[in-house]
Amino acid sequence: MSSAPPISAGDVDLVDLERSLRKPRSLLSWALSLATGVMTLAALFPLFSVLYLLVVRGGARLGLAVFTELPPAALMPGGGFGNAIVGTLVIVGLATLLSVPIGILGAVYVAELGPDTRTATTVRFCAKLLTGLPSILAGVFAFAAVVAVTGRFSAPAGGVALAVLMLPIVLLTAEEALRSVPPRMREAALGLGATRTQMVLRIVLPSALPGVLTGVMLAVARAAGETAPLIFTALFSDFWISNSAPVFVPKAIDDLMKPTPTLAVLIYNFSGSPFENQVELAWTAALVLVFIVLLVNVTGQRLARWSARS
Amino acid sequence: MSLPRAAAEPLSPARAGGDAESIARPPSRGERLADVAFRGACVTLAWATIATVVVVVARIGWTAAPAVREHGLAFLAGTTWDANRGTFGILPAIVGTMYTSCLGLALGALFGVAIAIFLAEHFLARGLEMLLAMLEGAERAAASTLPGRCEDALRVVIELLAAIPSVVYGLWGIFVVIPAVRGPAAWLSDHLGWLPIFSTKLSGPGILPASIVLAIMVLPTITAVSRDALVAVPPKLREAAFGLGATRWEAILGVLVPTASTGIFGAVILGFGRALGETMALAMLAGNANVLSWSVFSPANTLAALLANHFPEAGTVEVGALMYAALVLLAMTLAVNVAGALLLQRAAKAMHGIR
Repeated sequence: MSSAPPISAGDVDLVDLERSLRKPRSLLSWALSLATGVMTLAALFPLFSVLYLLVVRGGARLGLAVFTELPPAALMPGGGFGNAIVGTLVIVGLATLLSVPIGILGAVYVAELGPDTRTATTVRFCAKLLTGLPSILAGVFAFAAVVAVTGRFSAPAGGVALAVLMLPIVLLTAEEALRSVPPRMREAALGLGATRTQMVLRIVLPSALPGVLTGVMLAVARAAGETAPLIFTALFSDFWISNSAPVFVPKAIDDLMKPTPTLAVLIYNFSGSPFENQVELAWTAALVLVFIVLLVNVTGQRLARWSARS
Repeated sequence: MSLPRAAAEPLSPARAGGDAESIARPPSRGERLADVAFRGACVTLAWATIATVVVVVARIGWTAAPAVREHGLAFLAGTTWDANRGTFGILPAIVGTMYTSCLGLALGALFGVAIAIFLAEHFLARGLEMLLAMLEGAERAAASTLPGRCEDALRVVIELLAAIPSVVYGLWGIFVVIPAVRGPAAWLSDHLGWLPIFSTKLSGPGILPASIVLAIMVLPTITAVSRDALVAVPPKLREAAFGLGATRWEAILGVLVPTASTGIFGAVILGFGRALGETMALAMLAGNANVLSWSVFSPANTLAALLANHFPEAGTVEVGALMYAALVLLAMTLAVNVAGALLLQRAAKAMHGIR
């Protein structure tokens, strides 16, 4: 590099630096800018197309009935997916119960108790590996570990599959949130004689709470939309979760240990249906599912922004 | 802020044994016991994360082991999947996985990197600035906050793309993408049918519609990661390029993109990992047919779609074979993801050198 002779002012032809669309290089630059703009617009088209169709096709059937009725059989009119909404809530709830304690306390260890240990590095590496795990393989795992052992498709099997997918999201976001708490707050707590536990539970976790909750929300939003791991763990069912009134509240272990319907699997099953009624319901279910997912997502991001401000 | 209150409460003089001089006191025996218990719980649950990875891999491997012993490597080269005769082969699924992923990735990367450049270079803001300047003369006051805001808005929209569940994209693909590509596909196979990639007719589901939807699904990942890589390029490099008389795109293609190339490549590899494991869009749009064909209009199968379609009704023998297929998919995604992570790490290190 240093061997190149210095450029003197006389070597530069100032005409080459002229900017005008008549110069090929300026024209190329302008054309590429235009192309990039067009491509960005083109990439936004699917999003608006999806949202538009969801509102138009999904909104057509939206009403009280879809929330209170059971999925219709072939050629039957009407119907809804009340049981699938309940099933989605139950399975995502189970997954949250499994993954959130492990994720948050694991993050406390990684960020607070032993940040530089080999264990912490391994935990972080494993969490990143889990982020890249295809969701269907979480389902395969739950099939082998729960369905094959208990001998039936069940809500907990679906919960285990989703928990595997939620865990890394909860853990990695919680770690980041805990790290953003200023060290002087920890030092102040320890200086006053607090144990590490008191420091974490009363100082660090409360101030990192919005960030931690953001991670939980993002994980819940992801889990609610997952289909692949549920097809052969929770399967589907055309019935309510419980046999006795109120039918939408699971009352015993037996209510959970059977195939459980979810919105996502309902969309998958009905999307290929030759019957117009079922296809319409698939669109309405998609609208409800996207609404739930976006609501949870936006709440999570609001929390993140709120925590960034305070 | 509730913090000061939360902090002061347990340590207030009244509760610290009446020592009014200092609010500090050593922890009591009970507190120390609680500390040990809590730390133990945290360590245990941190290990539970490691255990999850080990158990997931071990469980899939262990359940697949009998099938691996029975079918051996011939499983990878077999072309038929017939549960009734007990013949299992996943070559069409492996080829289909690679084909759809590569095609989807090529489309997704092209658009993803273009949007990343668009975002990182504040094109939208500059365009609006120009528009404003034309409308009401040079409006410099608004210009200072405009780039950030425009970019944020566009980024939120791109993130929305990522939040929509894949099954919804599958549904959209069935009712929008397949009808939309039917016309052009028929024209291409009629007029350019001598090219191997257009050699068959599109009969509904196929590789092309599946790849298009796949491209939309990997787009947010590629955009976000390559935008980060582009933004991380030190401004002095861009300024130097402009100072030497480069046009905007000479600076982008000659300086910025090469400097960020490791990061962009890492982003593409991460997108590849996602594409390989994506299930629903492919199970709904690829056609679930064990066919080996060069044509982009031919129906195909992928490993993930094979699992999704066959698992719910599989008998014991078929479950073994499916577990083997899952193991192959696990190995493929693991290799790709580790490669992507290593690349991104190297990109971050290389950037340190430039600063």
